[in-house]
Amino acid sequence: MRKSKRGMGGLLDALSRRQFVQGAAAVGISVTAMPSLASAEEEAKLNLYNWDTYIGETTLEDFKAATGIEVKMDLFADNDELFAKLREGNPGYDIIVPSNDYVARMIAADMLEEIDHAKVPNIKNLYPRFMNPAFDPERKFSLPYMWGTIGIGYRKSKVKEVPTSWDVLYDSDMYKGKIALMAECNTLLQIAMKYLGYSVNDASDEALAAATALLIKQKPNIKSFHDDNGQDLLASGEVDIVMEWNGDIAQLMSEDDDIGYVVPKEGSLVWEDTLAIPKGAPHPENAHAFINFIHDPKVNVPLAEFIEYATPNKVAAETAEEGYRTNPAIFPPEADLANTEASNYLGEEDTAKKEEACTRIFAA
Amino acid sequence: MDSWRHHRSAFWAAFTAPTFWLVVFFLIPLSLLWLFSFGEKEGITGINISWTLKQYSRALDPLYLGIFAKSLWMAFLTTLICLIVAFPVAIAIVFAPPKARLWLLLLIILPFWTNLLIRTYALIAVLRTRGQVNFGLEWLWDHANSFLTLIGLGSYNLLGADFEPLGMLYNNTAVLIGLVYVHLPFMVLPLYAALDRLDRSYMEASFDLGAGHVRTFRSIIIPLALPGIASGIIITFIPAMGSYLTPDLLGGTDSQMIANVIERQFKSANDWPFGAALSFILMYVTFFGLALRAVLAKREGRGGKIT
Repeated sequence: MRKSKRGMGGLLDALSRRQFVQGAAAVGISVTAMPSLASAEEEAKLNLYNWDTYIGETTLEDFKAATGIEVKMDLFADNDELFAKLREGNPGYDIIVPSNDYVARMIAADMLEEIDHAKVPNIKNLYPRFMNPAFDPERKFSLPYMWGTIGIGYRKSKVKEVPTSWDVLYDSDMYKGKIALMAECNTLLQIAMKYLGYSVNDASDEALAAATALLIKQKPNIKSFHDDNGQDLLASGEVDIVMEWNGDIAQLMSEDDDIGYVVPKEGSLVWEDTLAIPKGAPHPENAHAFINFIHDPKVNVPLAEFIEYATPNKVAAETAEEGYRTNPAIFPPEADLANTEASNYLGEEDTAKKEEACTRIFAA
Repeated sequence: MDSWRHHRSAFWAAFTAPTFWLVVFFLIPLSLLWLFSFGEKEGITGINISWTLKQYSRALDPLYLGIFAKSLWMAFLTTLICLIVAFPVAIAIVFAPPKARLWLLLLIILPFWTNLLIRTYALIAVLRTRGQVNFGLEWLWDHANSFLTLIGLGSYNLLGADFEPLGMLYNNTAVLIGLVYVHLPFMVLPLYAALDRLDRSYMEASFDLGAGHVRTFRSIIIPLALPGIASGIIITFIPAMGSYLTPDLLGGTDSQMIANVIERQFKSANDWPFGAALSFILMYVTFFGLALRAVLAKREGRGGKIT
């Protein structure tokens, strides 16, 4: 037994994915060690791995017209899918669009290439407050793409008053059976912590236990933990109040006047999707050119107006059309943003604890 | 008869492709997953196969055992309801005229050719608050109410002041409805196959000897259809136990089944070893079911004839 254990273990070590990833990373480093040579020989192609409906109508064609570089775009549905695809080694992507805490996790797992700020002069157009986030200090590995908040979407004709507190969703039977929360474990627990007065990045057992207890107690009042389809539940009348990302509610608001969106007074999460270059990217020079292109205001304005998310590009935000610029579901009032925090990556042990807490909540 | 040699090359020609397929796409990935289940996470993306039983002991936590029990219970109920519903359907198809039989079988099989996701969303459209069932009920309510008004009882609000739509989605009943809907063909087809082979002279003999319909059903049809019933139970129970999409889309706040937990281990929890261990426990349960079936079939072959 012992012998076979060693034998098999050794074989598996030799085949371990980690080493494969390290090997791939080494190749990636050797490519970027000679940037001038690489840029001279880089073919005019770029592989983009993006969320669905998250690029301008003509952005990719315009990029080709401007630089001659052809973009091939693949789509992922959530950060977990993105992470799962890249943990085995980069299958050939040059640009990916991970969210804040996943950027930190990918940095920790050595999956991202450093971004050379000198090659992205349009950084000067960004709001300074985006330039030093906790999840990627000094923006070494990622640059902001779009940002937003998580809040409460509600049907105006069905609520007694504007739900400005998380208590309608987390701590009240006022709308019993007519509320839905997000099934996404981390977010579900982080907002519970925020409501209870902890930081969303509190990794203590005490905060987790309190959040878990709160949710188990609230469960009888909740209709469903939704998989990011809260806007559909709201639109079909299944629920009247829902926890959802602002962009999803903004889309519904443009179709239905009876829908409102609010960032509750206890504060909330701000999310940020970023542009990053994964280790082993075959076209890093083109990737830099693409990031720079995206933050050209002439490109960024129509892109942001089309996808209806908030841009971190100051010049673009100030020159965009009024309907976009003043939409409270896209750009919430500054006062509402005072209490918000961005989610950071707190390590694998914290992820495991939170997942088990969620399993416990869903099983209760 | 052709030469043995000739037969052998034909045998290998037919045998190689499926074997290759089985090994490359089934046995190798499954073995890897099996090895992961004896491993531990190392860092963020690494898995160290240390032959630990830690993942399995974690899975024996009452939390996960409870979810296994719930999945078993849901699969049991699904199978039971499928059996009760499918038996008359199978009998009806067997005794239908040959032409109609073909069409009836097609109706059973037809949903199979539609993607599960589409069928589930269709079910959501039917069951939701503003769905067809509630529209139908509202129509009935409206007409009943105008009838009451007509006979002078309108002012009493006998049916309530407003129509209250039924909340049929996002609870365990919705999951059960979905599971029965999806798995019914798995039960009807083996029952049909068993009943179709049944020698009808046994039934005629039973009637001739004075047994009624109930007695004939109990003492003749059920024992003879037993192999079909057993197959139906097995191939309904196993996929129902591992259902993932149905509880995810139709379920409420407490409808998670074991496959949903497994999915989260591979995605958001990023804990492949634990996900692998849970998957293999599910597979062991399945093997146990199949072994039980084999034992029962053997025993039946030895003795148990019509009683």
